[in-house]
Amino acid sequence: MYQLLKQIAKTGIVTEPAPPPDEGLRAAAQRLGEVILGHFGRALAIRHVDAGSCNGCELEIHAMNSPFNNPEQLGIRFVASPRHADLLLVTGPVSRNMETALRRTWEATPDPKLVVAIGDCGCTGGIFGESYASCGRVSNVIPVDVAVPGCPPTPTAILQGILTAVSSGRQRP
Amino acid sequence: MKLKELPIEVEPLSGAMPAFRASIAAAGVREVCVQARARKARLVALWGSDETRRGAGYALHLALAFPSGLLWLRAPLERGDPRYPGIADIYPAANRMQRAYADLVGIRPEDGADARKWLRHGAWPEDAYPLRKDFDTSLRHGQKPDRYPFVAVAGEGVHEIPVGPVHAGTIEPGHFRFSIVGEKILRLEERLGYKHKGIEKRFEAMTLEEGAKLAGRVSGDSTVAYAWAYAMAVEGATGIEPPQRALAIRGILLELERIANHLGDLGYLGNDVALSFGFAQFWRLKEELLRLNARLFGHRYLMDAIVPGGVARDLPRAEAEDLVRALEGMRREVETLQSIYEEHAGAQDRFIMTGQVLPELAERLGLNGFAGRASGVKRDLRVDYPVPPYQQLDPRMISHTRGDVAARVLVRFEELFESMRLIGALVQELPPGEIRLPLAKAGSGASGVGWVEGWRGEVLVALEADGNRIHRLHPHDPSWQNWPLLEHAVHGNIVPDFPLINKSFNLSYSGTDL
Repeated sequence: MYQLLKQIAKTGIVTEPAPPPDEGLRAAAQRLGEVILGHFGRALAIRHVDAGSCNGCELEIHAMNSPFNNPEQLGIRFVASPRHADLLLVTGPVSRNMETALRRTWEATPDPKLVVAIGDCGCTGGIFGESYASCGRVSNVIPVDVAVPGCPPTPTAILQGILTAVSSGRQRP
Repeated sequence: MKLKELPIEVEPLSGAMPAFRASIAAAGVREVCVQARARKARLVALWGSDETRRGAGYALHLALAFPSGLLWLRAPLERGDPRYPGIADIYPAANRMQRAYADLVGIRPEDGADARKWLRHGAWPEDAYPLRKDFDTSLRHGQKPDRYPFVAVAGEGVHEIPVGPVHAGTIEPGHFRFSIVGEKILRLEERLGYKHKGIEKRFEAMTLEEGAKLAGRVSGDSTVAYAWAYAMAVEGATGIEPPQRALAIRGILLELERIANHLGDLGYLGNDVALSFGFAQFWRLKEELLRLNARLFGHRYLMDAIVPGGVARDLPRAEAEDLVRALEGMRREVETLQSIYEEHAGAQDRFIMTGQVLPELAERLGLNGFAGRASGVKRDLRVDYPVPPYQQLDPRMISHTRGDVAARVLVRFEELFESMRLIGALVQELPPGEIRLPLAKAGSGASGVGWVEGWRGEVLVALEADGNRIHRLHPHDPSWQNWPLLEHAVHGNIVPDFPLINKSFNLSYSGTDL
């Protein structure tokens, strides 16, 4: 126990400041009002859906939960069911074998809800494109609010995408 | 020439790893497999191809690992009736591979074999086979209802828990069907294939140069292993030898990938036994390593760092020394964390005797990679076939015999330290010179294999080229062999230990769904 506490004390706090929202990532105009965004901004529940990625984007979503970004300090947490979620974080391309499961997950998420597509494949279909087996980009299957490019995007870029989704898009005074 | 272990005529394949090719009649496949099994050869991969554009029918391909090297067997099948004698009773790992290529190429094992579909989930028509050359690539079918005949377990108090394809954590999609009594798992049946996105078909529209990027995205966490295996296959097919300096840098990249994955999983294994301290500590170390990767090689996961002909980026002296220094600091921290894990009664209570795979079963079903080594299967390509850059390093094989979560944790810790030592030695002896050669053109009908010990296990890339283009490419993930063992590992365990057992293997979905 002593060694464990010593290690915690020695490590200190490594968390870095959160990135500002980036309007360039927005794929569709903000549909939600200030009141709802105010709530989401302090207590956002995320359900991640891997709809067919190479698993690279998942590595960076895991890394986003590391102490460096620590999204829980911003009120952002990952939940186990779409029924508990405000936002779906979807990696792609959407394989045809996952098309139904993704659509059902989206339907199971209560309104109002947001969708953030992650990675080049989630944004455009990427290197896998559209084919007999791939539906391509996430927005070909469900509506997308914010799309974060990158192969894979960094944890900070993913967090930035999430924060953009819950920002009003207007400049604060 | 004759293969050392079997009386069959083989032709050596040029390339870095010792490999041979042979063509045999489909009727002789079982006999060869029986003899190979008796000589302790293991099944590395099974796949199919369409040769109708080359004036033949279809073909069954097998890759078997003998002590003298890899044997790539090819059995031509009739165009009108592409059937072959199945080998799943000899090599149980062949079951899902046979089903996958029945779905994709339409080649089928004869009567008595498991005829259930595997990658086919109703997303393309029943009479269509995507890997046939005449397949209409503009086809957009849309997913139709998919009924999969799971094996039902009956009895008093038995019930089922269906899990997935969308899982509760940040995990790839797949379906697990648990049959349980109370909390105890009687049976687990996996249904995978949800991530099938047509990778093998995609390769066939690419040049040898373009394919490198796709190879690096078959399974994102093993991008280095795949990129190296792909490059090795292309170099074999085109007859070029990458510079020694490039090979040493490839070794550094592969060991960095092993370290990053073991760090991440050791963190999650702490998390899964409610030791969130472990997650925070290991993911801090992993993040530091990823940032260093980005600075030295331009990518956090080292994607596209290995290219056919060499490597994309050099490692100058000063940067190499930074790397060794950073790893030295990390090694001391991991030693501290290892002693904390080992002395933590709560963690050890969950690790020890959980998710056990005994050596006899592991050997019979072909468990490979670090999970195999934790169950007494002492195989490691870096040790068994020491080719550059591992030749002079004398890599240490880490193994254990208990085959439980604790053994897999121990093997991961020890492999981390060994990888750090290997990187130090590679940096010390980094040869001078070029890092990349231009690609030559492959002759018509040229083939090559890449075979690399990735962090998870052995990655194979079998390539048949057509000039500068890809005729057929099969990337094979070690998870094909290891997934069925997970079904065994959970027997008699409780449902809440499943995530822990699963994470201790951390198998790839994308790599096997293709």
